[in-house]
Amino acid sequence: MAKIEVRNLTKVFGKRPRPALDMLKEKKSKDEILEKTGLTVGVNRATFDVNEGEVFVIMGLSGSGKSTLVRLLNRLIDPTDGQIQIDGDDLAKMDDNALREVRRKHMSMVFQKFGLFPFRTIRQNVEYGLEVQGIAKEERQEKAMKSLELVGLHGYENQYPDQLSGGMQQRVGLARALANDPDVLLMDEAFSALDPLIRKDMQDELLDLQSSMQKTIIFITHDLDEALRIGDRIMIMKDGAVVQIGSPEEILMHPADDYVRRFVEDVDRSKVYTAENIMTRPETVNMEKEGTRVALQRMRKADISSIYVVNRNRQLQGIIHAGDIAESVNRDESDITPYIQKDVPTCRLDTPMHDLFNISSTSHVPIAVLGENDKLAGIVIRSKILAALSGEEVNTSE
Amino acid sequence: MSETWEAIYAWFDAILDFMPELPVGTWIEDFVDWLQNAQFIFDGIRGFVAWVTGMFNSFFGLIPPILFILILTVIGYLLVRKSEKFGLPILIFLGLLFIESIGYWDELILTLSLVITATLISIVIGVPIGIWMGRSDLVKNIVTPILDFMQTMPAFVYLIPAVAFFSIGIVPGVIASVIFAMPPTVRLTNLGIRQVPAEMIEASDAFGSTPGQKLFKVQLPMAKVTIMAGINQTIMLALSMVVIAAMIGTDGIGREVYYAVGRNDMAMGFEAGISLVILAIILDRLTQALNPENRKA
Repeated sequence: MAKIEVRNLTKVFGKRPRPALDMLKEKKSKDEILEKTGLTVGVNRATFDVNEGEVFVIMGLSGSGKSTLVRLLNRLIDPTDGQIQIDGDDLAKMDDNALREVRRKHMSMVFQKFGLFPFRTIRQNVEYGLEVQGIAKEERQEKAMKSLELVGLHGYENQYPDQLSGGMQQRVGLARALANDPDVLLMDEAFSALDPLIRKDMQDELLDLQSSMQKTIIFITHDLDEALRIGDRIMIMKDGAVVQIGSPEEILMHPADDYVRRFVEDVDRSKVYTAENIMTRPETVNMEKEGTRVALQRMRKADISSIYVVNRNRQLQGIIHAGDIAESVNRDESDITPYIQKDVPTCRLDTPMHDLFNISSTSHVPIAVLGENDKLAGIVIRSKILAALSGEEVNTSE
Repeated sequence: MSETWEAIYAWFDAILDFMPELPVGTWIEDFVDWLQNAQFIFDGIRGFVAWVTGMFNSFFGLIPPILFILILTVIGYLLVRKSEKFGLPILIFLGLLFIESIGYWDELILTLSLVITATLISIVIGVPIGIWMGRSDLVKNIVTPILDFMQTMPAFVYLIPAVAFFSIGIVPGVIASVIFAMPPTVRLTNLGIRQVPAEMIEASDAFGSTPGQKLFKVQLPMAKVTIMAGINQTIMLALSMVVIAAMIGTDGIGREVYYAVGRNDMAMGFEAGISLVILAIILDRLTQALNPENRKA
């Protein structure tokens, strides 16, 4: 079951939003509504699910409504229409007390400009969420220290925010959000204010933390590279509406429309594609039942100069070259075992293309892609890597 | 030529003849008379203000001047210790010694009591109003013109209703000071609350704060510097009102100034005037040193 189910979530800014809602139902555009009613549509009938434990990235340019949307999710902004079901409860209908309870126990937020309180020490900042719940001092201090340790800020607890660098301040923001031990983490452009290197570190660290915490994270960003790096699924927004939802690969390979395509165009593909996406079905010989003749025959037919050798279970054994076995065929030897070269370039199904590039540059034979139990799943030839880099269609079968 | 103009003037003047002569002054007078039906309330306020002022005055009066001077000097020293600029304690020590030596100690104590009382009342009333303004545009739109009125009305005018309600003496002086001196505290409290960055308000809300927690844990601490600046202004205005209040029989250094003007006594006028200036500077620097901005090392 989905952790968060959002249905037709709509925000219209203005005092009497009714006419705009009706026009949205008639599929009128945001500009048209602004012109006719003077009302601004923030979020337009957004519908999506967020699964338990996934990193769900909401991406869009500024003005696309992504920041409004994330504030609707914890009702920092009240929705005009629609439902936000969290574990089956509709957040949009909750009264103040119930809403506060959700904010205290189940949802925390990390802010773009950190939102730290300058008059509180780092530890007091991290304690804030626990303090408003009325948790006893010792307990909340202990939790705050644990949370600070988690983000690597042990020893800074008595400093003030303005004594820390931007990256460290955002760690405090993250620690504050984690201190409540929420199930859902809302991160609004959390790393956008940081410089690129620090941003990358923070992304890595978030993924690290996530692998042990398994929180449901909703991450807002305008940066596609960031979205692709950390997102399990990505939702792309434009003019307040949802344009496409999918895995990073789906977004890259099958953009829903020109808007998404333009986004995707200048992505560094080498970071996104993996060996699985560009491998081809290999010609192989089974060393346990096939001999030199079969191997040579197969190479001739496929017009290749070497072939991978597997055993009965399709586990990779090595490679043989046509030149080495051509003579042995003349000498009527049928066993290929002596000619197998064990030293072959290999990679895994999820090896990113970036790494494949390095492997292939030091080797003359195709790269063997290994699946479970070292079974040969496919091979990657250099021309495929180059083709994929230049944006050609690649296989997406999963 | 001028006769023609007079005729033209008279013709235009006649246009306004239909307007009745508005007796605004009488209305206000009637209103004030009517308010005096509630004299028991004003008597209560009078008693309270007189009690507070008297308490400060007799407490300060218990302390021998030299002890008082030393205590204030030490407080001044403690406040500026970190910045290592020792002008404030030196100023307090020499300034108060000077006032003592020219023989205005008792007046100084009384004036200080008046200013402290007026300031405390201004804070107790002004800060909550300022907070309310900061949270509601409606309240802000209603209160702002009232504050403008309170600040621009010549301060002397307040003396008249003050006397009507509270008779003469120290109490109407304090009340007039409160009316005249409160606006900066209200305004700057409002400003301070409104200046809290939106992201901090959001952070506070997002972690499930109640409105009260948000106010006391985020908004007020964030607005502290601004509110302190308002209180500083209030103290200065209260001090300036003390002289004016001498006209309705409020004692203290102000009365000395007022008498000196009446008698054309230059010596007395300047002695009292300089004493007021010294008190003003000390209060100003002391409250500024209290400001939490000085936390940063």
